[in-house]
Amino acid sequence: MQAVLPMLLALALLGGGAARADDSKRLRIITWSDYVPAEVIADFKKETGIQAEVTLSNNEEIISKLRATGGAGFDLAQPSQDRIVGAQQEFRIYKPFDLSQVRLDQFMPDLLATVRKNATLDGKLYGLPYVWGAEGLVVNSKRAKLADYGDLCRPEYKGKTSIRLRRPVLMAFAFASGKDPFALYGDIKAYSALMESVGRTLIACKPNFRFFFDNKDQALNGVRSGELVAAMMWDSGGWALNRENPDIRFINPKSGAIAWLDTFALPARGKNDAGAYAWINFTMRPAIAAKIAKSIGNFTASKGADELADPRLKAQFKESFPDGFRNVRWYPAIPAGLEEIEGKILDRIKAAD
Amino acid sequence: MPDATSGPAWERRLLLGLLLAPALLWLFALIVLPQIDLALLSFRERVAPREYVASLAQYRTFFAEPLYWHVFVRTAVMSLAATLATLLIAFPVAWTIAKLLRGRLSALLFVVCLIPFWVSETVRTLGWMILLRESGVLPALLAHLGVTAAPVELLYHDATILVGLVYTSLLFMVVPLVSSLESLDNSLIEAAYDLGGSGWSILREIVIPHAAPGITAGCIVVFMLMLGNYLTPTLLGGKSSQWFTEQIYTQFIVRFNWEQGAAFGFLLLALSTSMVWLGLKLSGQRFGDVMRRT
Repeated sequence: MQAVLPMLLALALLGGGAARADDSKRLRIITWSDYVPAEVIADFKKETGIQAEVTLSNNEEIISKLRATGGAGFDLAQPSQDRIVGAQQEFRIYKPFDLSQVRLDQFMPDLLATVRKNATLDGKLYGLPYVWGAEGLVVNSKRAKLADYGDLCRPEYKGKTSIRLRRPVLMAFAFASGKDPFALYGDIKAYSALMESVGRTLIACKPNFRFFFDNKDQALNGVRSGELVAAMMWDSGGWALNRENPDIRFINPKSGAIAWLDTFALPARGKNDAGAYAWINFTMRPAIAAKIAKSIGNFTASKGADELADPRLKAQFKESFPDGFRNVRWYPAIPAGLEEIEGKILDRIKAAD
Repeated sequence: MPDATSGPAWERRLLLGLLLAPALLWLFALIVLPQIDLALLSFRERVAPREYVASLAQYRTFFAEPLYWHVFVRTAVMSLAATLATLLIAFPVAWTIAKLLRGRLSALLFVVCLIPFWVSETVRTLGWMILLRESGVLPALLAHLGVTAAPVELLYHDATILVGLVYTSLLFMVVPLVSSLESLDNSLIEAAYDLGGSGWSILREIVIPHAAPGITAGCIVVFMLMLGNYLTPTLLGGKSSQWFTEQIYTQFIVRFNWEQGAAFGFLLLALSTSMVWLGLKLSGQRFGDVMRRT
């Protein structure tokens, strides 16, 4: 008995020591599906000997998981640019970038400017741009004709459309009602009133939604199988379906697609910062970024990767956004407290009969 | 001689302590401590970033916002209905296994009940989705046979959730029922027939009273499983079908509102505790007896 305890202790120490020795050789990334293709993981391992381990997630889960551990458990996270500052103020889950370690010349300057504006806190930068795209409408053009978000609620599409019941849909329907929710971010009272009215619109529209989808595959399957004729969704999803069936298109709604920009961020207690910086510099090389763009079906923030992009993707982009990215809304950083207001509205929509 | 007797007694106690240590450690570190932490969380309120004060606001929100207690009541009522349905389906199965079949055939039927549990709940639920969705197997079959003119959507209804819940928890009802029915002496039933009892009166006056602890045990376990189920209602339920566990998940993960989520968790704990207590009172069973049957 006396011998067992020290042995266990020694084992535990050994285990801990072994894990620590390994840390510089592995990079734990929490990210979205398709963001880290296997091919790029293999290339990175060949060059640096570091094995990237991927955990699939979404904006809310990234924040919740890092909050639960105080920013430990991952070495690199990929939240959207508007979800960094609020979460950082509230939970202190990230650490700022040491920009001397990053090859900033590899990034597209305007996207870098966007994150500098939205992901800076107390003069320190907490995010670097990775991939961007937009949410708009995916329409089966043979069976439905839509021009704006509100058309999802037209009576002839009863039970044949779908949305993801999260904050983007509130923003979309706010824009469709002729208001600008982003302009009201600073005015809690006016913002609440706008969200209340959007909530009522969506509750009235509820018979039209076949289901609220939780992930991309569910939405893609719905449109692919014909159960849905239209959905509010990501451009990359629409373009993936378009490759299978040319009748299905991604369109930029009249009141504007909502553009997102996902980033790199360093978790506060990540154990392999050197590996994370190496990964960032590696993935932003035009040739590597082009591979990533192909896997996601969106464009990356890498300067020069656009020329290497899949010509088909470029054609699809041009068809969906004939005037480029002019009629598109970019998310500003969310002030704390707004998500609570939105949360109650979303709960009400979900519960309404 | 006091040393001679106290020595072994002391050793016995130490041995007992050592044997219990893993279970106690588990209970304390993984159940009691987190519960205390959650309780503390549920009694505070965020006033500014990283600033919290003690308050009852989380519980007030629950009662003030009809949405939340509607979902709460709905979850309780549907779990109860699903538990009763499970009992009605499991009883004939358990009776067949315990009384009608012998030896290998009875074991075989038992294994048939068990087989679905060899794959995870997620896979089983996804299986139901493939069967029931509009472009799925069952609607296509119904349309082919002419029962419905076109394939109908069988997914995303409350009834679908009930089907899924009953299916997932059937085994947990069958096992205690079989064990309590097996202990019923067949000669009692024969004697009852000899004395002129009908099938119904025998069921009511002999079988059910004998199986009561097993029934109660099965109902408690199944009810708890349903109340705390997250996967089945979320995947099979439609756009309006909220389950209270989903609400807890949403508060914790999507809204970052741990305080509200913790309060909801405790309300769910209170609900299940009081339902079990009520069930025991109504059926006249004692908790200890019932738990021995599970």
